[in-house]
Amino acid sequence: MDLQTVWFLLWGLLWAVFFLTDGFDFGVGTLLPFLGKTDEDRRIMLNSVGPVWDGNEVWLITAGGVTFAAFPKVYAVMFSSLYSALMLILFTLIIRGVSFEFRGKVDSPRWRQAWDTAQFLGSLLPAVLFGVAFANIFRGIPIDKAGVYQGNLFTLLNPYGLLGGALFLLMFVMHGALWLSMKTTGAVKERAAATVKRLWPALALVAVIFLVASRFSTTLYANYIRHPALFLVILLAVAGLLAIPFFQKNGKLFYAWVSSAVFIAGATFFGVIGLFPYLFPSSIDPAFGLSIHNASSSPLTLKIMLVVVLLFIPLVIAYQIWSHRLFRHPIGEEDLGYEEAY
Amino acid sequence: MDVLLLSRLQFAAATMFHFLFVPLTLGLSIIVAWMETQWSRTGDETYLRMTKFWGKIFMINFALGVVTGITLEFQFGTNWSRYSAYVGDIFGSLLAIEASAAFFLESTMMGVWIFGWKKLSAKAHATVMWLVAFASSLSAIWILTANGWMQHPVGYTIRDGRAEVTSFWNVVTNPFAVLEILHTLSGAYILSAFFVMGVSAWYLLKDRHVEFFTRSFRIALVFGCVFSLFSVVEGDIHGADVAKNQPAKLAAMEAHWETQRRAPLILFAWPDQEKEKNVIEIGKIPGMVSLLAYRDIDAEVKGMKDFPKDERPPVLLISFAFKGMVGLGFYFALVTLVGLFLRKRLMSHPLYLKLMMFSIPLPYLANELGWVVSEVGRQPWIVYGLMKTADAVSPIAISQVATTLAAFVLVYGTLGLVGAFLVIRHIRKGPELQTAEA
Repeated sequence: MDLQTVWFLLWGLLWAVFFLTDGFDFGVGTLLPFLGKTDEDRRIMLNSVGPVWDGNEVWLITAGGVTFAAFPKVYAVMFSSLYSALMLILFTLIIRGVSFEFRGKVDSPRWRQAWDTAQFLGSLLPAVLFGVAFANIFRGIPIDKAGVYQGNLFTLLNPYGLLGGALFLLMFVMHGALWLSMKTTGAVKERAAATVKRLWPALALVAVIFLVASRFSTTLYANYIRHPALFLVILLAVAGLLAIPFFQKNGKLFYAWVSSAVFIAGATFFGVIGLFPYLFPSSIDPAFGLSIHNASSSPLTLKIMLVVVLLFIPLVIAYQIWSHRLFRHPIGEEDLGYEEAY
Repeated sequence: MDVLLLSRLQFAAATMFHFLFVPLTLGLSIIVAWMETQWSRTGDETYLRMTKFWGKIFMINFALGVVTGITLEFQFGTNWSRYSAYVGDIFGSLLAIEASAAFFLESTMMGVWIFGWKKLSAKAHATVMWLVAFASSLSAIWILTANGWMQHPVGYTIRDGRAEVTSFWNVVTNPFAVLEILHTLSGAYILSAFFVMGVSAWYLLKDRHVEFFTRSFRIALVFGCVFSLFSVVEGDIHGADVAKNQPAKLAAMEAHWETQRRAPLILFAWPDQEKEKNVIEIGKIPGMVSLLAYRDIDAEVKGMKDFPKDERPPVLLISFAFKGMVGLGFYFALVTLVGLFLRKRLMSHPLYLKLMMFSIPLPYLANELGWVVSEVGRQPWIVYGLMKTADAVSPIAISQVATTLAAFVLVYGTLGLVGAFLVIRHIRKGPELQTAEA
């Protein structure tokens, strides 16, 4: 395997890890107004992600940074052509980020409600927009020979893009509901468990439609047909999806959450593998697309970065797991007396 | 109005707003970690209350620093895509290393610190804050290494129309970057020290929580004095390095138009870019700029007229920003030295306390002025001598940049006000209530 291919897979992996970590934060935030009937419920929900959401979001920074370092041309063209969508994501992430820190600082129901709304929008919108953006990448972006985008924000809101948005939203909400059923107690836990059951058929349906629609709207399957062994990735995603209700029924909530994580990673890689060797295909002419061959950094940078990543990412994973273990106990009402609650 | 100007305004707004929070994060994390360590060592409750009081200010500030930092990383791709494609090989890898080696640690440990009071021992909890402090300074070091490369590119070659790294070692040991790192970090530590001293002075003037705030003041005073003195000396070395590597920036800083030996330091100058001269000049110290810049009173200093017109940075803005920053730097060193002298008798010098209270905004100003000198002084280059800012901007529609610029002003303005409101509210509540809640 050449360096470029290694980096292509790492690129996909970083986005997948971002989706399966910050994904449950987005899900919890989106569920906030629906499962959080009282102020206490909402505090329990937010505190369930409180210690980890910030570290989760850094996977986005890293996915972005690695795109910049390993495939600078992709970074340049991707973010300038998806300008409006990305800026919208950034602004929603800003208000979500501060809403955690700000909501508990003033003791007034209206103040808290305002920041809860910020939390909800700051979770729902990025979930949908990431889906729209990635579905459009799978489909191909109208970029010309010079990498200049020939469209606008509404070009991205085509049926396949919107389908991707719906898939990502459902995927993240499912992930968040599983997280809540595992990490909380009392009424929130019960409501979250009920949500998982109700949501599953919808998620399964949209996932199947997306798989079928990809056959007609994209060329993702070409790689799979060339190398049928790759179909295992799709099978893995499907297995993850099917395992969710199985584990939930048996009360193995952690495994149910892991299954959902496998599904998210599988769904991401379904697209990433289909794209290969492109990272940012052009819908105008395949020759204008950005691939691992025409968009990568110099071999020296790829090598240096590989050493850096192999050195630090395992370390990051180790202390993030430590942090998760430290806060492994479910959050209940009795935990809200702490001054460190949101 | 064009895309270039709007993108520059947007980037300036985003970075300068971001840098209202970063310096306090850098220094306060160390001060809080120190306080918590004192608590874990002595068991003295006052230190715990200090940790929590200053820690909460830190948390609000940290949140604003993080969210405004995320947009910065992506703006290189959205607004400066030609730059990103040109230098990604070097600049991009430094940003990626910052995220994987520093920012992860900072954010993960911050979550542990906020929620981990009952989960960790006092010593372990204090260690977590030291990790936050270490990671935030490390993060600054990587970012400034990237900025230092834009100021003084090293370790690269131009191949296939872009900069490619030839020596990563040269990039990370870039002497220009090292000086910039030391200068920026000490500026940030000074800011945090003045913040803590100013707030403490306010309470001491009101004669409330005297023990608590005397201790806070003294810790910050020592911290602030060390870095104020360091900053003056280091700033001089940094200035000499700028003179060597960025002569046009030096000419702008000193408002020098003519190339001359024994170049004088002009205490006050009002430069006119059109007329290529200073319309007002007050107070000249002969040979001083030659001496400071080249360590030789007879050295020749290149004047602005010797640079092509399209390679001159705006002299008025840079010379004012530079002199403001230097003046403030000396002021910080002076007042902290006075403070050190008064250390044991702070309470009997209300005038000094008042001065320190009103000094809170000054390091903020000095930090921002420093960035103006550094970044505007590099113009018209985005990478000094290598790529012009005008060639770096993204090929995007002007409406997009205009819309997001307006959104930045609106969202950041609101956040800044809310953040300030929360911090002031917390300060007014004082340390007592904090422990009552616990």
